[in-house]
Amino acid sequence: MSTVKFTEEHEWIKVEGDTGTVGITPYAQEQLGDVVYVELPAVGKQVEKGKEMAVVESVKAASEVYAPVSGAIVAVNDKLAGEPATVNAEPMAGGWFVKIKLSKPDELNGLMDQAAYDKYVKGLH
Amino acid sequence: MQRDPVTGTFSGNRGLQIEEPLIFEQDAPGRTGVDLPEPPQVKSRLGGIERKGAIGLPGLSEPQVVRHYTRLSQKNYAIDTGLYPLGSCTMKHNPRLNEKMVRLPGLADLHPLQPVKTVQGALELIDQLAHWLKTLTGMPAVALSPGAGAHGELCGIMAIRAAHEAKGEGHRKRILVPESAHGTNPATAAGVGYAVDPIPANERGRVDLAAFKAKLGADVAGIMITNPNTCGLFENDIMEIAEAIHGVGAYFYGDGANFNAIVGRVRPGDLGVDCMHINLHKTFSTPHGGGGPGAGPVVLSAALAPFAPLPYVVHGPNGFDLVERNDHALASGQAFGRLKSFHGQMGMFVRAVAYMMSHGGDGLRQVANDAVLNANYLMASLKDEMTPAFEGPCMHEALFDDDFLKNTDVSTLDIAKAMIDEGYHPMTMYFPLVVHGALLIEPTETESKDSLDQFIAVMRGLARRAKSGDTAYFHAAPTLTPRRRLDETAAARKPVLRWKPSPITGEAAE
Amino acid sequence: MRYLPLTDADRRTMLAKIGVPSVDSLFRDVPERARFGKIDLPDHLGELEVERAISAMAAKNLGTGRAPSFLGAGAYRHHVPSSVDHLIQRGEFLTSYTPYQPEVTQGTLEYLFEFQTQVALIADMDVANASMYDGATATAEAVMMANRVTRRSKAVLSGGLHPHYREIVATHAHFGGFTAEFLPPDPQGQESLLDRIDNQTSCVVVQNPGFFGHLRDYAALAQACQKAGALLIVAVAEIVSLGAVKPPGAMGADIVAAEGQSLGNALGFGGPYVGLFATREKYVRQMPGRLVGQTVDTDGRRGWVLTLSTREQHIRREKATSNICTNSGLCALAFTIHLTILGEAGFTRLADLNHATAVRLAERLSSVKGVEVVNDTFFNEFTVRLPKPATSVIDALADRGILGGVPVSRLYPKESALADLLLLAATETNTDADIDALVRALKEVL
Repeated sequence: MSTVKFTEEHEWIKVEGDTGTVGITPYAQEQLGDVVYVELPAVGKQVEKGKEMAVVESVKAASEVYAPVSGAIVAVNDKLAGEPATVNAEPMAGGWFVKIKLSKPDELNGLMDQAAYDKYVKGLH
Repeated sequence: MQRDPVTGTFSGNRGLQIEEPLIFEQDAPGRTGVDLPEPPQVKSRLGGIERKGAIGLPGLSEPQVVRHYTRLSQKNYAIDTGLYPLGSCTMKHNPRLNEKMVRLPGLADLHPLQPVKTVQGALELIDQLAHWLKTLTGMPAVALSPGAGAHGELCGIMAIRAAHEAKGEGHRKRILVPESAHGTNPATAAGVGYAVDPIPANERGRVDLAAFKAKLGADVAGIMITNPNTCGLFENDIMEIAEAIHGVGAYFYGDGANFNAIVGRVRPGDLGVDCMHINLHKTFSTPHGGGGPGAGPVVLSAALAPFAPLPYVVHGPNGFDLVERNDHALASGQAFGRLKSFHGQMGMFVRAVAYMMSHGGDGLRQVANDAVLNANYLMASLKDEMTPAFEGPCMHEALFDDDFLKNTDVSTLDIAKAMIDEGYHPMTMYFPLVVHGALLIEPTETESKDSLDQFIAVMRGLARRAKSGDTAYFHAAPTLTPRRRLDETAAARKPVLRWKPSPITGEAAE
Repeated sequence: MRYLPLTDADRRTMLAKIGVPSVDSLFRDVPERARFGKIDLPDHLGELEVERAISAMAAKNLGTGRAPSFLGAGAYRHHVPSSVDHLIQRGEFLTSYTPYQPEVTQGTLEYLFEFQTQVALIADMDVANASMYDGATATAEAVMMANRVTRRSKAVLSGGLHPHYREIVATHAHFGGFTAEFLPPDPQGQESLLDRIDNQTSCVVVQNPGFFGHLRDYAALAQACQKAGALLIVAVAEIVSLGAVKPPGAMGADIVAAEGQSLGNALGFGGPYVGLFATREKYVRQMPGRLVGQTVDTDGRRGWVLTLSTREQHIRREKATSNICTNSGLCALAFTIHLTILGEAGFTRLADLNHATAVRLAERLSSVKGVEVVNDTFFNEFTVRLPKPATSVIDALADRGILGGVPVSRLYPKESALADLLLLAATETNTDADIDALVRALKEVL
C-alpha cells in the first residue's frame, strides 16, 4: 500500500515499503515554467530531511529541491537528462527525480497528505 | 526562385532588414581580408609542437567583412538609436570625444610593463581619475583595478574580510543584504566565504530598520546596501544604519550602481560608507559595448584603504610610481592581493576622465538634478495609467508594479515585447524582486523633454490598450522586428553553442 | 552643457507637472547633514580644452608606436586592420546594451555566436563562452570551475604560468577557501608536474607558450590528470600562437583560459582586454560567464539568445557559478572581426611571421657578447640572460628610445636569481631596422 505525502516546498514522496519516490508537484512545475535541466545527486548519497538534494532549472529560475525525508539515494531518474520536459508533462509519474531508502520513516508523519497540500496551495495566492 | 514564406520577398530581406548568414557560411578556402608578406624561411624553434591540420576558420575579403558586421549592427538597438528605460543601468549618451581620447598615440599604444619613467603621463591620468572619484565620494582612497562592477564588489568585500582578519576578527561570517539587492551582491558575498542574511524591505520600499537591527551581532562582517536603492528610493535611515553597523565592529559596503542620482550632491563618505564600487560604464558614460567591458573602481575609507589590492599609483620621489608589491617603499604592506592582470581598465579610465573634465563639478551636479527630474517627470506623467510601487518622489528611476494589469491577461513581459514594436528597448523587468511584476524605468539626464514626452505617450497608449482587453496583440508582440519571440526553452534544453558543419553535405547546419 | 538637453524652460514645465517647487524638493530624503554644497572640482570644459589637457598627458609617454618595442609578458603589439576599429565604433555596437532582449539585439548575439565558435576552433575545444574580463581572471575562474566539477579543492600551478595569473588565483584561493600550490618560477621550462598530482588535486594549471616562452606538449600531463580525476587547465597569453602551435585541446586539456588582447585590441596600457574560456561539452553547465545559444523564433527563423543563464548571478544569486555580470563585449567584437578578416590563411601566416621574426631576433641577439638566449623552443617570445640586472639594461635602453623587453624582476621582484633575465617578444610589427637598433643599443649598454 503506497502513500503520497507532500512538503511545503512542493516536493511529493510516494512510499512503498522502505523506499520513497520523490518528485515535484504540478503546482511547482507550473510555477517554474518549462524545465530545461535537472541536477540530480549521485546514487549512494546520504540526504537529510529539509536539506538541498537536487536542483531543477527552467529558463527563468533555478530552484532547490529539498529531501522530504532522510535516507540514502538508491536510484535517480536518468531519463530527465535527455528529456527534462517530462517534469512538466508528468510531474507525479514519469517526471520523478530520485528514490530514497528511508532511514527515519517517522519523518513521514510531519508531511501533508493530498487534501492538506491542496488546501496549502490554495492559501498561497 | 522561391519567395520567402515569412517576408514574401525573394531574398528573405524586408527593406533595410537584411538577413545575414554566419561567417562560416561564407567561406572560401584560402581567401583572406589582409595582405601579409610571405614569412622568411627560418629554422623553426617550435620544437615540433606544431598544429596539425586545419583550424576551420572561414576566409572572407575585407568588403565582405565590412558588410557582414554592418548588417549585424543594423539589427541592434542602442543608445544612439533611442531611449533605454533600463532601471539601474544608467544608459546615458556615450560621448564620442571619449573615443577620440582613448585612441590618442601615447595612450593607446602604451604597454603596461614599460619602465615607469616612460609612462608618467598615463600614471598622471590615472591619478586624476582617482582624484575626481575621491572628491566626488568624499573618500580618502580608491582601488582602480577591478574590471567591472561585480569585480568591484568582490574587491570591496575582500577588503572587508582582509580588514577583519588583520584585527583577528576572522570569525565574523555573516553579511547582511537587502532582499531588493542586485543578484551580484549575494553571489559576491558567497564567493568570499560569507553567509548571506537577507533583510526585508518595509512598505515604503526601504530597508526595514527594525528587522535590520534584529539581525545585528558580533558575527556580522558587514552590510551591502545600494543607495539610492534598487526601488529608486533614497534610504532615509542610511546614516543610522551605518552607525549601527560600525557599532558592532562591522563594515558598510555601498553598491554604487545608482550613483547617478546623487553625484555632485551627496558624498557616500558622508553617509558612513566604508567602500563603494562605482560603475564607470553607468555614471561616467563609458560605453556598454553590447555587454562590456566595464570598470568598477572601489572608493575606500581610511579603515579599509590599507587593504586595497595591487597595483595602485602613488606619488614617489621621482614622479608617479606604481605599487605592484607589498614591500614597495610606498606600499601599505597590507594589500589583500591582486584581482586583475596589469593595472586595470585604462581605456575606461581615459574615457571617464574625458567625461568628468567635460562636465566639471558644476555639470556633474546638474547630471544628478536632471536625472532625478526626468525620472520624476515620467512618474508624474504615468502614475494614473500605471501603478507606482511606492508613494512619494523617486530618485533617478521610477518603479511600477503590475497591479495596473491585474484585470488583464497581459503581463509585464508582454508590455515589454509590445514596447519593442513601438521602437523602444524595454525597461528593467521583474527586478527588484520585492515588487510584483516590477517595471523599473531610468531615463537618465541625456534624454530631452521631447524624448520623454514621446515615451510617455507610448507607455500611456500601451497601458490603455492592455486594459482595453487587446490581449492577442500583446501576446503576439513583437511582430515588426528582425526576429520575433525566440524559443529560450529549446535553447536551454538542447544547447547549440557553436556552429558546426553539417556532417553529410559539409555545408552549414541549419 | 552639451550633453544635457533640458532647458531651463523644460525644467520649469516638468517641475510644475510633478508638483514641486524645485529639484531640491526631490532630494528631501537626503539627511540634512549629508547634503553637499559645491564640490571642489573644476568647472565644465569644451571639447578643445579637454583634448588639450589629455593630449598633454599623452605627450609625456613614450608609446610603442614611436619606439622599437619588444615588450610581451602577457600583452603583445600587433597590427590591427583599419576596418576593425571603424566597425566597433558603429553606435549600434558601441552603445548597445547586453543582449537580454534578443529580438532587438540579434547583431550582438550573432557575432558572439561566431566568436564562441572561433574560440572553440582555435583552442580545439568543444565549447567556449562569450568572453571574460581577461586571461588572468579567466584562469582563476577555470580553477574555481575545476573545484566545482571535481568537488576537490587543491589546485597545482606551474612555474611557467604568468605571475599575474598566479597572484589572482592566490587571491581567490585565500578568500574562496581552497588551496593553491605554486611551483617555483621555471625559466628553463623543465619543471615536472607529474609527481605533484594526487587524488586530492582538482586541477593542474599550465601555460603554453609559457611565461618564459617555452613550448611543451602537455599530452602526458593531460593523461596523468585524467587518471587522477583532476582537470588540466591550459592558459594561453599570446593567442596568435594558436595559428602555429599545437592547441591545448589536441593535448587533452579540459579547460582553456586565454588572453585575446593580441587580436583586435590595442595595448592600451593594460586594459580593457578580453578573456577567452573554452571547455569540453560535458562541463558546459559548470562554465562561468555568458553563453549564446542558437534557437528559432515564432516564425521558425534561426536566431540567437543568451542561454543557460540560470547559472548566473541574476538568477542563482548566492548559488551562482560566479558573481560575473558582464563579458568584454566590445573587445570580443574587435577580436572576432580581426580573426574573421584574417581567416584561416591570414591567421596561420600571421603566426608564421611572428615566429620567423622572433627567430631572427634570437639569432641576432645570440651574437651579442654577454647575451645568452635561454630557450630551445619559443613562439614569438623568449628569455635571455644578461651579464647584469635586466632592469638597469632596460632603463638604459629606454633612455635611448628603445623599449627593449620586460625584465623578469618586474614580475618576480623578490627572486634575485631571476634578476638578470629579460623577456623579449617580436611580432609582425618589428622590422629589421628595429632589431638593428636594439642590437646596437645593447652593445653600447652592456
